[in-house]
Amino acid sequence: MATATAPTAHTSEYQPQDGLLLEVEDLHVEFHTRYGVAKAINGVNFSVRQGECLAILGESGSGKSVTAQAIMGILDMPPAKIPQGSVKYCGHDLLTMPEDRRRKTRGPEISMIFQDALSSLNPTFPVGWQIAEMFREHRGMNKSDAYAQAVRLMERVSIPAAKQRVKAYPHQFSGGMRQRIMIAMAISLDPAVLIADEPTTALDVTVQAQIMSLLQELQQERHMGLILITHDLGVVADVADRIAVMYAGRIVEQADVRDIYAKPAHPYTKGLLDSIPRLDLKGQELSAIGGLPPNLMHIPPGCAFNPRCTMAQDICRRDRPELVEVGPHRKAACHFSEEVLNA
Amino acid sequence: MTDQTGIIVAEGAVAQEADNVGQAQSLTQEAWRELRRNPLFIISLILIAIFLVMAVFPGLFTNTDPAKATLKLSATPPSADQWFGRDLQGYDVYARTIYGARASIVVGVMATLCTSLLGVIIGTLAAFYGGILDTLVMRLTDVFFAIPFLLGGILFMSTFPNTVNSGYWSVVSKVVLALSILGWPSIARLMRGAVLQVKPNDYVQAARALGASPWRIVRSHILPNAMAPVMVVSMINLGAFIAAEASLSFLGIGLVSPAISWGVAISDSLSLIRTAPWILIFPSIFLSLAVLAFIMLGDAVRDAFDPKGR
Repeated sequence: MATATAPTAHTSEYQPQDGLLLEVEDLHVEFHTRYGVAKAINGVNFSVRQGECLAILGESGSGKSVTAQAIMGILDMPPAKIPQGSVKYCGHDLLTMPEDRRRKTRGPEISMIFQDALSSLNPTFPVGWQIAEMFREHRGMNKSDAYAQAVRLMERVSIPAAKQRVKAYPHQFSGGMRQRIMIAMAISLDPAVLIADEPTTALDVTVQAQIMSLLQELQQERHMGLILITHDLGVVADVADRIAVMYAGRIVEQADVRDIYAKPAHPYTKGLLDSIPRLDLKGQELSAIGGLPPNLMHIPPGCAFNPRCTMAQDICRRDRPELVEVGPHRKAACHFSEEVLNA
Repeated sequence: MTDQTGIIVAEGAVAQEADNVGQAQSLTQEAWRELRRNPLFIISLILIAIFLVMAVFPGLFTNTDPAKATLKLSATPPSADQWFGRDLQGYDVYARTIYGARASIVVGVMATLCTSLLGVIIGTLAAFYGGILDTLVMRLTDVFFAIPFLLGGILFMSTFPNTVNSGYWSVVSKVVLALSILGWPSIARLMRGAVLQVKPNDYVQAARALGASPWRIVRSHILPNAMAPVMVVSMINLGAFIAAEASLSFLGIGLVSPAISWGVAISDSLSLIRTAPWILIFPSIFLSLAVLAFIMLGDAVRDAFDPKGR
């Protein structure tokens, strides 16, 4: 029997082609509310390969969590609607797949961890029961085998005294430990893709680093594709291979992590990087991006960032810039990306 | 040296933490501890236990045959031989009161089970699937809410009246049916509200994201977290159903003689209230105690499970 703690070969019907796991193409998501239609995602394209970590970066309301939920298929529809686009997993479009077949991909193929681990764990059951449930639901294991696997997984995510704590309830764990348990549940069935939706936001800084390094370790050990969703530039620097920056439901810049930190190609990315406090610039005022993100029901014409952009010209208010190649492995959606790059 | 003590202290703390894991308590365990210290809970539990035993094994409490009428002893007052006296027909009031518990408990328990089952299933489905199903079910409960409980029971029982040949169990199940039809909407509404509250929780979303089937989401994640209010209200309702059964029997449209029930006994005793009050008083006391016991139990459980009360 394959153990859950060691990476296993994928023997399922889903085989990645050339290491390509997930392809999101021209994804649109809108929410139909009483007050109108909010366009949360307006044409997002990206792909994730085996063993690669893609970070999706953006502030609240930029559509990064909605993207994750659309990939997982856990958006409540209605009010949400996906008018166009595709999410292909190993060449199979998840959006057109029958719900029952799609459900079976959640867990063994694509899995997800959430921001707040306390509220993501069921308060009425011991944590071990909840991990064991994954094996019983998807693999039809009996109770004692599933519990043994749960203990092994808890040990893998470094929970001390796992054997004793397997019967403890979520509220008896600290925040970091809960997130470890959530991670154990998410990786229990050896998913090929793991989506982490702000996994460290609810934790304090020292624990954040531990959780991030655990995620990185697991990703490398199992050769997973990891999608890391965050608003924290500091968190992604060490872990991510590539970064996609989202603004108002679009990707405005996509590049390898080193390139983006060295030289941003979009004024928004530049603004984000400038707003990180730096030790070597003591005594200066912290620069911030003025204004607020646009209302998703009334996204401004042209470039959505133009009202807040220091470089905005007439063309920015008129024409929406497309996401185009601006260098090797990097794309940006700005009329003046050359100028930003060379600044 | 200081370093060493530091290590020892740290080890001690770890050991202590490991101990706490064993003792740490879930909400249920804490509620149970709270309940054990609550005298109201103990009293109502003892009363309920006594009534249950009385309903199942009435022979343990009395050797007198409740169906044996001795007309020449009609309406004799309580004495050492007949503790509660005798009624107009010369039946032993004590024996009849003991045997009367069965009808009340059976009707109360069965009506509670039926309403809870029906209400939980319908309420959960309505809240979980939402949309048109939810709207239809909720409007249906509105219709039922417009009918006053007792009036509805009277209406039902007089629409399908008992005949002379109706057996004991056919009448009992008819009363249960009437109470269930009128009782499920309040449970369904309560359940719907609880499920709606639980459904948007992250752990339900997380279960979906980890591939749980709808049935498993409902069973493992929604029901255990949404059942508490229904359980409490059901317990309180049990008392109300016992009272309702007695009311219907009192009005002559529930159980009727020769069936033995507190409601029937109270009804038969009214004409003699001034000359032979014991015929009225004893079944009334038993009825009140039974209703009170279930309501007190429900109250105590609700308080124990409410963290705000701590």
